[in-house]
Amino acid sequence: MTRLALEDIRKSFASAEGAVPVLQGVSLAVDGGEVVALTGESGSGKSTLLHIAAGLEAPDAGRVLVAGQDMASLPDAGRARLRRGTVGLVFQQFNLVPSLSVGANLAFQARLAGVHDPAFCADLAARLGLTEYLRRYPEQLSGGQQQRVAIGRALAAKPKVLLADEPTGNLDEATGDAVFVLMLELARAQGTALLLVTHSARLAGQCDRNLHLRAGRLA
Amino acid sequence: MTLAALLSHWMRNKVQLAMLLAGLMLATALWSGVQALNAQARGAYATAAALMSEDGAASLVAPSGQMDQAVFAQLRGQGVLVSPVVEGRLRLGDTRLTLLGIEPLTAPQGTAAALADGDLQAFFAGAGFAHPETLADLGDPPLPLSPSSAVPVGTLLVDIGTAQRLLGMEGQISRLLLTGPAPRPLPEGLQLAQASEGAELAGLTDSFHLNLTAFGALAFAVGLFIVHSAVGLAFEQRRGLFRTLRSLGVPLRALTLALALELALMALVAGLAGLALGYVLAAALLPDVAATLRGLYGAPVPGSLQFSPAWALAGLGMAFAGAALAGAQALWRLWHMPVLAPAQPRAWAMATGRAMRWQVAGALGLGGLAVALALLGDGLFAGFALLAAALLAAALLTPPLLALGLRGASRLAQAPVVQWFWADSRQNLPRLSLALMALMLALAANIGVGTMVASFRATFIDWLDQRLVAEMTITPRDAAEAQTLEAFIAPRVQAVLPLRRVDATLVGQPGAVYAMRDHATFRDNWPLIAQVPNVWDRLATEEGALINEQLARRAGLWPGDSIALPGAGDVPILGVYPDYGNPLTQAIVTESWFDRLFPGTPTRQLAIRTDNPAGTRAALLDEFGLSAQAITDQAQAKQLSLAIFERTFLITGALNVLTLSVAALALFATLVTLSGLRLVQLAPLWAMGLTLRQLAGLELARALMLAGLTMVLALPVGLMLAQVLLAVINVQAFGWRLPLQVFPADWAQLALWAGLAMLAAAAWPAWRLWRGGGGPLLRVFAYER
Repeated sequence: MTRLALEDIRKSFASAEGAVPVLQGVSLAVDGGEVVALTGESGSGKSTLLHIAAGLEAPDAGRVLVAGQDMASLPDAGRARLRRGTVGLVFQQFNLVPSLSVGANLAFQARLAGVHDPAFCADLAARLGLTEYLRRYPEQLSGGQQQRVAIGRALAAKPKVLLADEPTGNLDEATGDAVFVLMLELARAQGTALLLVTHSARLAGQCDRNLHLRAGRLA
Repeated sequence: MTLAALLSHWMRNKVQLAMLLAGLMLATALWSGVQALNAQARGAYATAAALMSEDGAASLVAPSGQMDQAVFAQLRGQGVLVSPVVEGRLRLGDTRLTLLGIEPLTAPQGTAAALADGDLQAFFAGAGFAHPETLADLGDPPLPLSPSSAVPVGTLLVDIGTAQRLLGMEGQISRLLLTGPAPRPLPEGLQLAQASEGAELAGLTDSFHLNLTAFGALAFAVGLFIVHSAVGLAFEQRRGLFRTLRSLGVPLRALTLALALELALMALVAGLAGLALGYVLAAALLPDVAATLRGLYGAPVPGSLQFSPAWALAGLGMAFAGAALAGAQALWRLWHMPVLAPAQPRAWAMATGRAMRWQVAGALGLGGLAVALALLGDGLFAGFALLAAALLAAALLTPPLLALGLRGASRLAQAPVVQWFWADSRQNLPRLSLALMALMLALAANIGVGTMVASFRATFIDWLDQRLVAEMTITPRDAAEAQTLEAFIAPRVQAVLPLRRVDATLVGQPGAVYAMRDHATFRDNWPLIAQVPNVWDRLATEEGALINEQLARRAGLWPGDSIALPGAGDVPILGVYPDYGNPLTQAIVTESWFDRLFPGTPTRQLAIRTDNPAGTRAALLDEFGLSAQAITDQAQAKQLSLAIFERTFLITGALNVLTLSVAALALFATLVTLSGLRLVQLAPLWAMGLTLRQLAGLELARALMLAGLTMVLALPVGLMLAQVLLAVINVQAFGWRLPLQVFPADWAQLALWAGLAMLAAAAWPAWRLWRGGGGPLLRVFAYER
């Protein structure tokens, strides 16, 4: 069942020389439990596409369907609600909440969405190897540990769609591989549709499908 | 090149630059404005002091205030170097003036003699001198007057003969200035008066000027908080730039020098602007300050401001010193920063967190000093030192106490957003701490000074009602008119209460002894703060004297003690009365005893008790032919006294508002600068499903919450300030102690203002966040690669 569908997405940015097209009619769909890699050179529009999929940015044209709901037709509050309960986001820089403990970070989005399940969260923490760090603060963790918290936070809310933007870009190869494998396992186990932006052909090779973006179009 | 790289930061952060410059400019403006006011007033006192003698000549005076002119001839005949002076109050049209008559041939070498020497013939013929402002007030004077800034405002300088004629004092003089050694023994019936008028004024008004200086210093300190905060945040923002420049080979010394130069450049620009603003501020406030000094102390201060290069240089020096003080920490940190120091925004906050422990230690030390000063200190300076130590201690304790409150709140919170709200507020506290300290100081100053003024006002109004019982007061032109007036009016009214006084030195301090008629008006109404039993009966039977509170507190004399009165020796003190608004010491004896002690003392005023004020007034005007200006009714007198009171605290109110404005600016500057750094913290929340509106609302709520908590902390500090002002500073400065009264409605109003100031400061960053459409937050994710 299709969890995420992007239909003919177009986006351009204003510049001194006029409008610069970034996305020129991109369409894709990701089913539940499916892992899709999105690769492309720097500036090809990968992150912009991911931001549009998450409802963080609006497309100039096209439709974004998240769990059957058209993101573009929703007001800001509606998009936020959809993001809160349906979409999980994982970033390259982790973007944890620095003022909250690891435990609070892990549970944060699930509690926001009103779907917090303490037992599930504890199990997730154990699978991510974070149980002993729950009372610590993000700044006291290594990069790999922080990224595991970010993945746990996104998955604790049991999202229908998980969007990951270079989740291992800031980690060494061994740590990055371990984090990637874990994320794949958990997403597949939850039946979550995972769209993964990456530069790494090696990681992309482990996904169910691999899409390549070139000059704003899927190659 | 390095400097250009550093300055490029400000080109991209214009609002931050504007705030930094505004902080330094306001600090300089408020400080230098206050100093300009003080310098102007002190210059006027020096002018008054130099008028008769550059060295401050002593005088021979008679207790009654007048002596026969023959005494002068007699003493000169004996070889005593004296010069006669006639001084009195004169009304010309609506203007009341001091008329000063000198004898230029024998007068000591002061500015008055020099002026008269310019054209002796004209001077002897009736010409005189007056300050240009006095001349402007007079319009068309009845005698030829030349303008001279050497004459104090409100004074006419004329020949002694002219003065005697105008004052109706033919054959009489007020005092004899000694231009040589004092005769030994002193001629019978005369006393030696040491202090010159200018020196007395300087002494009396010291407290007023110290008050102004304290406010100026407070405003300067609050302004420096802005600068320190802006410099600290700018340092944090440029940490990466410093690292890059160092990596490119810029020596640490050159980088530090460039940062210092940048700071100096800003100090110069903001200092010059601050001086200009300070001058405008002082010029705007001077008329009220001058009126207050005239009303309270009779100090002749002109209402127009003179520019002084020394003042400008001193103000600029303060701007540089302030910038150096505010930037010292940044320079020190740069000097000790490793080449590859990570550009983490959190590093500064963490360092500030560590500094919090030192802050607590410093606050405890200052608190101890304040307690020691409260217990052991004496004098006005010790009072202000106590205030400074206590306020600084409270300011230093503000961030740790707020952190404690936020920690408690975050533990109680259940909902995730609420939990984040408290935790995030606590984490950001170090960055806001300087601005919050400034706000706490400004609020505490407002509460403290507001409570003091309101307590004073309430007490003063009660006191006025008790003191101004007489339905009207008449001021006769001279002693002869006083006698005929009393005889005329006595049968027409219930009572006539004459006011007679002689100037006297009481316990070494300038003052006066008053006569009081034994009458129910005084027995029933005259306020006393300490008394012996049957005080009024004992006063009437000449068993002792009443003294004013100023004298009691300064000399430590209370009922049961004795005081030396001129001509009477040691006299028991029967009671102490409050005497607000009067800087001089006073003693009161019953009328019959006064007349024996100081025979021939003229009646200066007549207080009238009547149940028909309108009829009495009509009789005085129509039948007796008295000038309307010689009659002051009770309502007028109260109105005048209250007007002087309100004007006295007008400056305080203005400086209060300015200080709060500076604190609001500090908050605005900090919140604007922080808004950029905050994006990294807010972006994840937005990504997880909080709307921009919710985030902006939370930012506003945080600002309001911090303002509220700061207000809660400022309340006890403000009350402590009020108590110190009422019980220590006022007693030292003015000689009276007032009861502390609380005015919760005023606090509520101030809390509202603080909330509005905080909302105003937070509104723009919050609005930008809300209306920015998520673009700035998206850049947080975009900059990741």
